[in-house]
Amino acid sequence: MSTLLEVEDLTITFRTAHGPVDVVDGLSFTLEQGASLGIVGESGSGKSMTSLAVMGLLPPTASLRGRVSLDGADLTSLPESKVRRLRGDRMSMIFQDPLSSLNPYYSVGMQIEEAYRAHRPGVTRRQAHKVAVEAMERVHIADAARRVDHYPHQFSGGMRQRVMIAMALSTEPDLLIADEPTTALDVTVQAQILDLLQEVRRETGTALILISHDLAVVSEIAEDVVVMRHGVAVEQAPAERLFSDPQHPYTRALLDAVPRIDDEIGELRGIDAAAGVGGKP
Amino acid sequence: MVRFLVTRLAGMVGVLFLVVLFTYAIFFALSPDPAVQICGKNCTPELIDQIRTNLGLDRPFYEQFLGFLSGLFVGTTYGTGANAIDCAAPCLGYSFQTGQPVLEMFEQRFGVSATLAVGAAVLWLLMGVSGGMIAAIKKGTWFDRAATGAALGGVSIPNYVLALVLQYVLVVRLGWLPFPQAVPFAADPGQWFLNFVMPWLVLAFTYASMYQRLTRANVLDTLDENFVRTARAKGLAPRLVWRRHALRPALTPVVTLFGMDFAGLLGGAIIIETVFGLNGIGKMASDSITKNDQPVIMGVTLVAAFLVIVGNVIVDIVYTTIDPRVRIGARA
Repeated sequence: MSTLLEVEDLTITFRTAHGPVDVVDGLSFTLEQGASLGIVGESGSGKSMTSLAVMGLLPPTASLRGRVSLDGADLTSLPESKVRRLRGDRMSMIFQDPLSSLNPYYSVGMQIEEAYRAHRPGVTRRQAHKVAVEAMERVHIADAARRVDHYPHQFSGGMRQRVMIAMALSTEPDLLIADEPTTALDVTVQAQILDLLQEVRRETGTALILISHDLAVVSEIAEDVVVMRHGVAVEQAPAERLFSDPQHPYTRALLDAVPRIDDEIGELRGIDAAAGVGGKP
Repeated sequence: MVRFLVTRLAGMVGVLFLVVLFTYAIFFALSPDPAVQICGKNCTPELIDQIRTNLGLDRPFYEQFLGFLSGLFVGTTYGTGANAIDCAAPCLGYSFQTGQPVLEMFEQRFGVSATLAVGAAVLWLLMGVSGGMIAAIKKGTWFDRAATGAALGGVSIPNYVLALVLQYVLVVRLGWLPFPQAVPFAADPGQWFLNFVMPWLVLAFTYASMYQRLTRANVLDTLDENFVRTARAKGLAPRLVWRRHALRPALTPVVTLFGMDFAGLLGGAIIIETVFGLNGIGKMASDSITKNDQPVIMGVTLVAAFLVIVGNVIVDIVYTTIDPRVRIGARA
């Protein structure tokens, strides 16, 4: 396997009224073609900013140092127009809230077609429409040929996330970034979406970065895991080892904070913010 | 769609009925005896009684009200015998001051108010919406600050003040424009245009300021929407992200506001028409109020309410085509 994505010493700085603040500090990781990586951390740990940095979608108030290379090309030094051509084509992203992430004014089919046509100049609307229907079928939306003309508000939460996945996959990207893809969904639907992500990975061979605050979600899919805290990677390891033998106290605290069905009834354990180890909130 | 239209129209009729009822009741209860006003200087009690009888003012409130309503739909006859005057539907009555049919007064003045409204609307949409959009794109730059400052001025300066200042500068001091009077377009298009320039500008400036602020705020809000981020994540060209994903949601509320404002203006711009002496519906309204000319006041209120309500229904229908979430028959 060859390396698809290489993030080297990534630092993201925000200009604020109180001076510059590093939200990600010296993060490095690599992702092989077709592999899967989980990035775990609490809110504000910098995991979403990392994904936006890879996509080149950081807000204007943020600045970035370090290297982000896709297939050897350093995205941080490419002009925006070139990065834009990769975005949505070679790398796609799905977001936390599928309702607000879809434009309520356009049919889901149009929004999938648009993603496809943006990177396939010369494709007719008809061909794009066919791609949209196929993409929706691939994510198991029943009656896709009819549903393709429906609007986001006519879909349930889980179905909307399937639409987002269909849209992201329509261009057959090498890398799919899923930022908290199940957080806004019901628990039963969460499992379906995770199964779907697994399935499309198997079938399309796309590499996956799964970002979540939920270790249980990451443990389902990721082969490698990066644990982030306050913008720093505190531990990086293959998933199996990380869950069986966590090295860093913060990782252990995160694992302990996951409620288990066989636990004695008692208080939920939180993370002690100051010490970085498990404790009562 | 048919059901939607029927419900909306039924609602519209209901609201109009209430407007007529309340306006009629207010004037019935509050205003001085119209018969005395009509009678004039050489008045005798007999004459007053006769006028009362002719106008039906001696009848109880509900009869007068029903008479007014039926006049609207089937016409009515004032007086009896040789003195009888037929008023065909839609009968809004006769002015107590001039004896002219109210409907005819509308017909004569509607053109002025419509010209004022259309011209101002074109200007304020151009200035307000484009100004707001550019200010949003260039947020924080000198253009944004200048446009936002001008808009604040436009919202705060009363338009009659602006009207008087403009008149003083452009007409009195510089002599660039004639003092506004409604010249028919057919008579002299050049004069027609010059006469309307100032009223258009003044009216448009106030509205443009409101639209500029609304558009700017909406565009900025929309640019923060998650679906705009999705559009960028797809790798769409910035111009497409902007046109397709930001502009349409941002301008939808502007459509609502515009429908109401424009319809309201067709019913007369009271202050502007009065300040510039334009003989439109707004001037007619203010004259009728100062002279307590009840049938005219009733007519203006009714027509203005009618226009606003129709404007609202049109906005609702337009909405169903721009926003699929309110589209009729769309099911979750």
